[in-house]
Amino acid sequence: MPAQLPPIQQDSESRPYWEGLAQGELRIQRCDACSRAVFYPRSICPYCHSRSLSWIVATGRGTIYSYTVAYQAFGAFAADVPFVVAIVELEEGVRMMSRIIDAPRARIAVGKPVQVTFEKVGEELTLPYFRLSE
Amino acid sequence: MGFASKAAIVGVAESDLGRTPDKTVLQLQLQAAQAALDDAGLQWSDVDALFCAGNWAWSPNLMLAEYLGIQPKYTDTTNIGGSSFEAHVGHAVAGIEAGLFDVALITYGSTQRSDRSRNRGPSAIRLTEQYDFPYGLPSPVGSYALAAMRHMYEYGTTSEQLAEVAVATRKWASMNEKAMMRDPITIEDVLNSRWIAEPLHLLDCCLVTDGGGAVVIASRDRAKNTRKAPAWILGHGESHTHNTITNMPDLATHQAAVASGQAAFAMAGLNPADIDVTEIYDSFTITVIMTLEALGFCGRGEGGAFVSGQRTAPGGPFPLNTNGGGLSYCHPGMYGIFLLIEATRQLRGECGPRQVENARIALAHGTGGVLSSAATVILGKD
Repeated sequence: MPAQLPPIQQDSESRPYWEGLAQGELRIQRCDACSRAVFYPRSICPYCHSRSLSWIVATGRGTIYSYTVAYQAFGAFAADVPFVVAIVELEEGVRMMSRIIDAPRARIAVGKPVQVTFEKVGEELTLPYFRLSE
Repeated sequence: MGFASKAAIVGVAESDLGRTPDKTVLQLQLQAAQAALDDAGLQWSDVDALFCAGNWAWSPNLMLAEYLGIQPKYTDTTNIGGSSFEAHVGHAVAGIEAGLFDVALITYGSTQRSDRSRNRGPSAIRLTEQYDFPYGLPSPVGSYALAAMRHMYEYGTTSEQLAEVAVATRKWASMNEKAMMRDPITIEDVLNSRWIAEPLHLLDCCLVTDGGGAVVIASRDRAKNTRKAPAWILGHGESHTHNTITNMPDLATHQAAVASGQAAFAMAGLNPADIDVTEIYDSFTITVIMTLEALGFCGRGEGGAFVSGQRTAPGGPFPLNTNGGGLSYCHPGMYGIFLLIEATRQLRGECGPRQVENARIALAHGTGGVLSSAATVILGKD
């Protein structure tokens, strides 16, 4: 993983998310009004516009909604190619971008179940990657 | 046919295209704007509104207007990516209808090809970038690859069908002397070109070029006294649905284009079957297939079949991207202005060997970001 990744500028909305990852928790939000899960963290529910959201810990289980194998990448990521970037749909109903790691290309497909894994990619950065569940 | 439109495109032009290391974005826009005004038979002093989109200055409109020596009484910096210029057309018509100005100049310029070595990433990952940037997805191609993969999963769209778009577009480019890539290609060539981001090969991707363009829009009264036949603006629509691809509601449906297309057709009182020539933003081959579906030229999931058998190539039943598109003609970053230029020239009958016979109604559709924004313009000639 890139050593020269630009610094992530945490803010009051994202800090609980990043702190959770450092502790091995994938934190997302749930809207107190409409009960829908929300990701990325924010101060308004994008579905019903309620201003009341609570943090929950996701199970980390999901499926691959879509994916690509990148053969060309920029900046800090150029040395990683080829790598698999996916949009994972968590079982709570939200989607997030991530990487699929430790999986042979032939086994990766849309719809495959995946499980989160917390990977320390820098001194102060833990990212939620995913592995195939089976 | 006489349209009750309030405004028309009366001047269009490109600047130098391709690789222009000796020209700045200001020079490119000056060159295109001067040529577009000449095309219209108008003067700098006629311009009373400026529309521009770019990220080459803190405020492109301030720098460009100062450089050109114009002091617009109406200005619009709407930047929603490559569809910005189709949105500008809608905004210009609205301003003209409101009586705020009579002549609008829309410009674009980019030196992205020459600048490439100087490209740098962000110095910090901020705001909503925190959730996508750390995974290294190449932008924008990776996002379109994710949409293509999902479209394939849901509808069985194939790499061969994507390649059909690239091959047909190259055939049109072969008839455009301004096109950068004019040598014929085959479906096998596309499939054998290297992966950029699965399932997109190199030849599924638009070019990276320098270049600029300009469009002049005039009110109905002013359009009567311009040099060439006006391309009347019959309908327009715009929408945006998301910023990053992760937040696109349905990766197999170009929802912004569904909305912009419906609005444009409704305003024009026309249907997809009425369109004689179509110019659709082709950042990637998948963009074209998803946009054809979204605009209603075919059903949902039928875009792959629609483009098969070279139906969109010269001589086929559906003339599409007749200048050679972003795939083969030019693509200086935000391509949307070139869609308007070609649609206008087709209506005027100025396109020589690639002229579509009896083209009376044209559609130009821009897509911006990562299938994020869309704006549709329908043009007609008297």
